[in-house]
Amino acid sequence: MTYAVSLRDVTCTFKSSGKFVHAVSGINLDIERGEFFTLLGPSGSGKTTCLRMIGGFTLPTSGTIAIEGEDVSQSPPYTRPINTVFQDYALFPHMSVLDNVAYGLMVRGMDRRTREAKAMNLLETVQLPDAAQRKPAQLSGGQRQRVALARALINEPRVLLLDEPLGALDLKLREQMQSELKSLQRKLGITFIFVTHDQHEALSMSDRIGVFNQGKIEQIATPDELYHRPRTRFVAEFVGTANILEGKDAKRFGFGDAVMIRPEQITIISQQDDAVHGKPQATGIIKDVQFFGAFWRVSVQGIEGGAYFLVDVPMLHLAAPPQVGAAANLFWNADAFHIISQTAVEAQAA
Amino acid sequence: MTTDRASVIEQLSTLLYTRKGLLLAVLLAPPLLWFGIVYLGSLLALLANSFFRLDDFTGQIVREFGFSNFLEIFSPTNLDVALRSTLMAIAVTAACTAIGFPVAYYMARHARGTQKALLFVAIMLPLWSSYVVRLYAWKLLLAKEGAISWTLQTMNAQWLLDGLLSLPVIGGSSLSFSPMGTFVVFVYMWLPFMILPIQAAIERIPGSYLEASSDLGASPSQSFWQVVWPLAIPGVAAGSIFTFSLTLGDYIIPQVIGNSTLYIGQVVFRQQGVAGNLPFAAAFSLVPILIIAVYLYLAKRKGAFDAL
Repeated sequence: MTYAVSLRDVTCTFKSSGKFVHAVSGINLDIERGEFFTLLGPSGSGKTTCLRMIGGFTLPTSGTIAIEGEDVSQSPPYTRPINTVFQDYALFPHMSVLDNVAYGLMVRGMDRRTREAKAMNLLETVQLPDAAQRKPAQLSGGQRQRVALARALINEPRVLLLDEPLGALDLKLREQMQSELKSLQRKLGITFIFVTHDQHEALSMSDRIGVFNQGKIEQIATPDELYHRPRTRFVAEFVGTANILEGKDAKRFGFGDAVMIRPEQITIISQQDDAVHGKPQATGIIKDVQFFGAFWRVSVQGIEGGAYFLVDVPMLHLAAPPQVGAAANLFWNADAFHIISQTAVEAQAA
Repeated sequence: MTTDRASVIEQLSTLLYTRKGLLLAVLLAPPLLWFGIVYLGSLLALLANSFFRLDDFTGQIVREFGFSNFLEIFSPTNLDVALRSTLMAIAVTAACTAIGFPVAYYMARHARGTQKALLFVAIMLPLWSSYVVRLYAWKLLLAKEGAISWTLQTMNAQWLLDGLLSLPVIGGSSLSFSPMGTFVVFVYMWLPFMILPIQAAIERIPGSYLEASSDLGASPSQSFWQVVWPLAIPGVAAGSIFTFSLTLGDYIIPQVIGNSTLYIGQVVFRQQGVAGNLPFAAAFSLVPILIIAVYLYLAKRKGAFDAL
């Protein structure tokens, strides 16, 4: 089958102050048609460079990039059937919102009436029909974001690239735009490639996620798999909070190598009654309690050995907040532990 | 004593901090007074002078209100001078834009670090030395036995120069005695004033605008005319005000290089100096002001400043 986008052994090397920097080294990636795929990673991990190579703004040093099976590795952006929503939106300040949205049709030589009608249609899709005659400077951040989206969709691209498009919005608006983007993507059936460093955003929106670290992809998986079965320590810690046990700590609980358990997979019980609860898997002292709204995050120092656990306790389980200094008995389901690899491994294209 | 002084300073700074208007007034008063009295005052004096007239018989200025100077501007000779000056200013502005834009674009978009600094120095360097010295240097370059002529001769291309010089209106006996030579030197002199504002305007255009344009399917030339050019126009307009008004007002360059035809600056210079006809000089110097006002009005109507 033909993939919407596929990258083969793609490397991108920059020369910066005399030294060669590998922004992206040897990436393999296949993105399916109609998929919402997220490139997730910390800043400098190569995710944006990867997106820019797909868009054609940066050319790969080696390797091939194919869109719908066609090799575009060395093609300029204006020949690729792809459009981009830029991080700073990059709306043209000297044009009205309508002209901005119609730009892609204008440069293809479509007559004014047809292109403006199409642009108006799209402005309605993004719920901004009244802003047509305004200039970008007169819009709010959220409105600019919608205009940028409409402008990128006007050419009916096969693939839409989104470079941290929600980064500049405040939390409330960001959450609203997340669900709008997701439903728009479902409605249009276009492949979305989304870049973000926000793991919540990635987990809540994506069909699949590729986690970037130091120019390589550590793992490609669905949000659920990534969260519960991370392949490496980096992935485990990047996509959420993780308790990681290694060496003798892992051995003490019967595991060979490094293992991971999420804070919400541990239960904490202060008044221990073996008859009711059975024997606890570990005991410790509560060192710190943080309020997170929906839950308490409790730090527990294990008594035997040095293991240190973070435990998320849902609010409704407790009448009073856990007390610092109190004894804590920890329970978990042995299946909840997931074995991770200590060394970074290159993920294979799924 | 010291505490008293400290508290006075403290009170003063509190006063200035709480009354923002006062601070603004203190900071702006000197430059505003300078502009208001010295600068605008001299312009008004010029305007007032232009309505007086010179008594041809006594050589005295008659301080009576009248329009005789303005009528004199419309004499064929003076209109000819105004027209020639304007055409020269337009040609110089167009040439400076055409030559300056690529340089400015390269400096803003591609040059980095040392290379950029060197380009700035190269463009500013001529301004460090006297303009009269550079003018005479050009006279040597353009002279009949000068460097340009010699170079063309050794390349067996003398016919090219002869052909150019035999052209009507812009030709002459040699480059240094032709309007062509005047044009070349004008362009050389004012080029930095065109490059710098354009460079500043282009540098303000984020690279993502060009990427977005290309992303949406625009070819490089479409991106240039749809995005770069409209956003660079305020810089071009600023630069062209310099090149236009400097050309209209200059009286030294056409005196040293060119044939004996006159430009506005020369007429003004001669009228107020040799002839002592300050009123007519004043009236004639209003011509470039008027031309530039018309130019700016047209530029504004064309939307040159919309992107500011």
